[in-house]
Amino acid sequence: MALKMVKGSIDRMFDKNLQDLVRGIRNHKEDEAKYISQCIDEIKQELKQDNIAVKANAVCKLTYLQMLGYDISWAAFNIIEVMSASKFTFKRIGYLAASQCFHEGTDVIMLTTNQIRKDLSSPSQYDTGVALTGLACFVTPDLARDLANDIMTLMSHTKPYIRKKAVLIMYKVFLKYPESLRPAFPRLKEKLEDPDPGVQSAAVNVICELARRNPKNYLSLAPLFFKLMTSSTNNWVLIKIIKLFGALTPLEPRLGKKLIEPLTNLIHSTSAMSLLYECVNTVIAVLISLSSGMPNHSASIQLCVQKLRILIEDSDQNLKYLGLLAMSKILKTHPKSVQSHKDLILQCLDDKDESIRLRALDLLYGMVSKKNLMEIVKKLMTHVDKAEGTTYRDELLTKIIDICSQSNYQYITNFEWYISILVELTRLEGTRHGHLIAAQMLDVAIRVKAIRKFAVSQMSALLDSAHLVASNTQRNGICEVLYAAAWICGEFSEHLQEPQLTLEAMLRPKVTTLPGHIQAVYVQNVLKLYAAVLQQRERTGTLQAAQAATQLLVDRLPQFVQSADLEVQERASCILQLVKYIQKLQAKDVPVAEEVSALFAGELNPVAPKAQKKVPVPEGLDLDAWINEPPSDSESEDEAPKAIFHEDEQKPTRPRQPEVDEEELARRREARKQEQANNPFYIKSSPSPQKRYQDAPGVEHIPVVQIDLSVPLKVPGMPASDQYVKLEQERRHRQRLEKDRKRKKQRKEKRREGHHRRHSSLHTESDEDIAPAQQVDIVTEEMPENALPSDEDDKDPNDPYRALDIDLDKPLADSEKLPVQKHRNAESPQSPDKEAVPGAEKKSKKLKKKDTKQHREKERRKGKGKGKGKAEDLDFWLSTTPPPAAAPGPSPSPGEPGTDSAVAAPDEEYEEPTREGLEHEEDEEQELEKKSSKHKKKKHKKEKEEEAKDKRKARRRKAPSEEVAEEPVHNGTLDGEPLPPLSSYCLLAEDTYIKMTYDVQSSLQKDSQVTVSVILENLSRSFLKSMELNVLDSLNTKMARPEGASVHDGVPVPFQLPPGVSNEAQFVFTVQSIAMAQKLKGTLSFIAKNDQGSTHEKLDFKLHFSCSSYLITTPCSSDAFAKLLESGDLSMSSIRVGSITTSFQNLLAKICFHHHFSVVERVDSCASMYSRSVQGHHICLLVKQGENSVSVDGKCSDPTLLSNLLDEMKVTLAQC
Amino acid sequence: MIKAILIFNNHGKPRLSKFYQPYSEDTQQQIIRETFHLVSKRDENVCNFLEGGLLIGGSDNKLIYRHYATLYFVFCVDSSESELGILDLIQVFVETLDKCFENVCELDLIFHVDKVHNILAEMVMGGMVLETNMNEIVTQIDAQNKLEKSEAGFAGAPARAVSAVKNMNLPEIPRNINIGDISIKVPNLPSFK
Repeated sequence: MALKMVKGSIDRMFDKNLQDLVRGIRNHKEDEAKYISQCIDEIKQELKQDNIAVKANAVCKLTYLQMLGYDISWAAFNIIEVMSASKFTFKRIGYLAASQCFHEGTDVIMLTTNQIRKDLSSPSQYDTGVALTGLACFVTPDLARDLANDIMTLMSHTKPYIRKKAVLIMYKVFLKYPESLRPAFPRLKEKLEDPDPGVQSAAVNVICELARRNPKNYLSLAPLFFKLMTSSTNNWVLIKIIKLFGALTPLEPRLGKKLIEPLTNLIHSTSAMSLLYECVNTVIAVLISLSSGMPNHSASIQLCVQKLRILIEDSDQNLKYLGLLAMSKILKTHPKSVQSHKDLILQCLDDKDESIRLRALDLLYGMVSKKNLMEIVKKLMTHVDKAEGTTYRDELLTKIIDICSQSNYQYITNFEWYISILVELTRLEGTRHGHLIAAQMLDVAIRVKAIRKFAVSQMSALLDSAHLVASNTQRNGICEVLYAAAWICGEFSEHLQEPQLTLEAMLRPKVTTLPGHIQAVYVQNVLKLYAAVLQQRERTGTLQAAQAATQLLVDRLPQFVQSADLEVQERASCILQLVKYIQKLQAKDVPVAEEVSALFAGELNPVAPKAQKKVPVPEGLDLDAWINEPPSDSESEDEAPKAIFHEDEQKPTRPRQPEVDEEELARRREARKQEQANNPFYIKSSPSPQKRYQDAPGVEHIPVVQIDLSVPLKVPGMPASDQYVKLEQERRHRQRLEKDRKRKKQRKEKRREGHHRRHSSLHTESDEDIAPAQQVDIVTEEMPENALPSDEDDKDPNDPYRALDIDLDKPLADSEKLPVQKHRNAESPQSPDKEAVPGAEKKSKKLKKKDTKQHREKERRKGKGKGKGKAEDLDFWLSTTPPPAAAPGPSPSPGEPGTDSAVAAPDEEYEEPTREGLEHEEDEEQELEKKSSKHKKKKHKKEKEEEAKDKRKARRRKAPSEEVAEEPVHNGTLDGEPLPPLSSYCLLAEDTYIKMTYDVQSSLQKDSQVTVSVILENLSRSFLKSMELNVLDSLNTKMARPEGASVHDGVPVPFQLPPGVSNEAQFVFTVQSIAMAQKLKGTLSFIAKNDQGSTHEKLDFKLHFSCSSYLITTPCSSDAFAKLLESGDLSMSSIRVGSITTSFQNLLAKICFHHHFSVVERVDSCASMYSRSVQGHHICLLVKQGENSVSVDGKCSDPTLLSNLLDEMKVTLAQC
Repeated sequence: MIKAILIFNNHGKPRLSKFYQPYSEDTQQQIIRETFHLVSKRDENVCNFLEGGLLIGGSDNKLIYRHYATLYFVFCVDSSESELGILDLIQVFVETLDKCFENVCELDLIFHVDKVHNILAEMVMGGMVLETNMNEIVTQIDAQNKLEKSEAGFAGAPARAVSAVKNMNLPEIPRNINIGDISIKVPNLPSFK
């Protein structure tokens, strides 16, 4: 045998291994592809062999080829083969390959489920580890659903190595199978306090990742995290937690207040920059979340800014970058504190690192003021000149425009300067932002009336030198500015000094090389200019010259008529005809100027881009209905090129047929005006009062306009913005002088009046003192009066994280649990309708829906009380100030025990109150509400007094005599909810190897079957395998066994147990009569394997089926309940139990929980309850509490069942 | 979350690629090329963060990289990760490689990419940071190697001998990718060590 293996491996060693493959590829540099395809052929041969080592080697090579970009999905099946090898070496190769190339679309992935499950429960921690690592990369919804329970079991593995991996992978499981989040969350929360730092870190990691997407669901964990933050020393964990708090604070400002102090302490104490940086970031988030009226936090802001300055000044580029990044966050809410560091930020603009320059640019946006805008932009302009890469230059360009145009040009005091900046920007070659510049030009020219004259002069100069910008005719290139230039010159032609020159410039043959949409604007505006020229000539009486202008148009327009662009062609031919007609009139010496210019009469107002969209459709108007009969197909029109500027909206009013005589046109126009005046949707030209740019009293007395204008207009060609800077400074200086003079005057006057206002004379030059150079009125974009506010923050419906938006504070419903693997019988054909386990989800969808519905209803009823409880809990924590250092968040402490005991035997002391709490709220809801505010206040006060942890605990244990009313609420909300089905587990049998706890569950869907869930926990150091469970069937109750098995055969447990691990198995039993409780004797046999060898062991047990376990909690309306009682076919029986001290609520809760009843109605100390058996018996109870005793009257269709049930109940009540 | 981890050399040849989101092989190659293009044109002494890998989606993502001799180590992460923390993680990764390969060089990564993957798997799992303590990582790797050796046992001996012979004439390329400046600019998180 050994010889054969050696022989096999000798054969093998001449196979190519990974190193040979790599070497081969390196030696075949020139024909690599050919070599690799050859290798792939070899690999295919190797994969066909039986030897697993050969296969693993082949898969290993494939993984390498995958990295080089070769698709290896064809080998998916072989990869699975290698994954299932027994040797770790091969297994690891297989899982690595799978993690590199499997994804949700891989069809064979479903074959891996059982293999992975086997590996997860493997005795070797590395087999488990490698399976977890692999699974983390390729988990699919199916895998997640099927393996969730196994992974959850591993979260409590003895080895921290496995625990941390299991905890971490849960995040992936949640993503793929969101239903698992709620059942698994308690245990995940528990892991936050794992003794192993690695596991703890993993749990923090997972919860932070979850909370980042849906922070509000995790607010209740804040106290726990707060405790971790103040106690942990692991920087990784601290960073994660602090980041998490950053996400939580916007939702709960009080949390922020609580955080400030410990964070500030950390900032002062830590030496780790990464931690410092995250602290600063979170403090910033806190400051943002707090309302601005918090003066006492200015110290925190100063601290942050000061620390950030240190980062930015650091020689390390990384710190500099992060410092700037964080600074920009402060900027949004506290611009003042950042502005004082302007020097530093301007300095960063000169940094050689582009990332840093970009960050600094972002910051500049918030630092400008009226005072420094020109200076900053000047600096940026020099950067534009220096910048080499077009990306950075374009970034600069957009930033300049952003900075200047922000909040409605708030900081621009001199628009001539701005226009000249825009014109300077047009000199940039190869920019992709021509459109942006053009839009700015149009916007400014339209909205700032005072600047039009200057703008027109600049634009005509631009048109004159169009050859400079027109060289680059690509779309959205710089030539776009000609679009704006042409339009401005045309529209505001009355400001042109030499319209004739501009007209000629626009008719140059070169223009035809421009993009179509620009030519179209040219053509249209040529006519406007022409109208202006005519008017000018006719006024001066030079009719000859007017005719010359007409001739110019007639000569030049044909070049546009021939244009390939439809829009240009159409407009040109229309206008040409119109001009020819004018020529005829001119020949008869008819004055035409008035009429031609009437074509373009009327003021134009800017309209907000969304205005049209925001007009609501009037009622009764169907926009999709045909107005006329649909035209025949042949008339389909070519789509006209889209207008790119929204200001284009005036175009449709243009006359289409030049043949219509002028009078007719004028008449129509008049009619239209009339109509528009009456139309409420038409935007009229009256300016609204708030549009005044500045109504400061200083504006009128500034005599500067003329002075400023005269100089720059003489600048030939392109203006230099620098001159404006100088001029502006002079202007401001003068302005100041003048103001001073005025002030002196005032002061004198005041002195005469008396010393009433003293401090008004203080001289500071603030922003407000600088008056704008032009008397500008910025016309705000108009909106229709009845515009609707549109909120367009639609969330992406495909966001995978949305599914994880789950309320984690709700108690778990019975239907919510992870699918547990069952032995085959559970799926035997005679019972197609399974229990509502998500594993069998498809089959039992109906049931589940019903369940959740019920659950929701319950929830709704509870709703208020619950929410209040939770809020109160957090409120309480937030309202107390923690002892600075230790700060044990008081609330998390009582929360843990319930979850702890979930796996092990039920811990009576804690378990019961917890459960009660859950059930209770429902009943107490009303009561609580009655007592409402008074009660709450009292409680609040009390809790404040009892701050210390131990005191609280003591109170918890106290018999809940007078505090009953509030205690359960408290518990229910504070405690992590235990898994309800688990908590009712009771001990089955135990020895030194194994401990078994069990619970019997039944559901309505299968009348004669119950499922027994057994948790097997390995207590020994041995590895337990080949477990088999067998019972001695009784006549009444039989275990369902695999087909063909005899009654003496056991049912194998579908897993193995490594030391310290527990897992759950389910067994199905068929029951004939449920009227009597049953006991079945059984044996669990297993092999225990340890270092010394393996032994065969047995453990006997008695399985007890109580009558209560056949009942199903079924809600019942009081009407239905009354009908049932009236029907009269129920027999009656009753019991009485004395010396009961428990409160009535607790009592009811116990009955509900242990015997699966639900409360129908409750009046004072009397309640009616209802339940239903798996076989459909109705059971009605009337529970009455007397002094120290309780009587229970029952009615049921089966008297035996009833009496047995009541006996069981008696035992339960006796314990109360 | 870490979205992807890439190692390539100064010429853009991939040495390791690990994507924690599924991409087709073509897209993966494109991402590697694009990332190389972005990273390689940057100067030595500029910051180690880069915004805007276009292919690995979204503005939320950042590239965080380090350049050691002939190799670039690039982590693509989203905003839930601490930038400086990841830089440290890269350092831990490289130091761990150095320990496991005893003076690691590019050749080690070329010929033993599977081992590099195994080391990485002990640090990052499914895109989330699993372990940052180098000693812990090395311990686990050693234990697994031991396990592997014991499995190969007697039968594995001849194959090992042959591969030793094969490896004798490796091209003479200077070993050691020189992680010399261990006192990295990022002030170290004390707990990592």
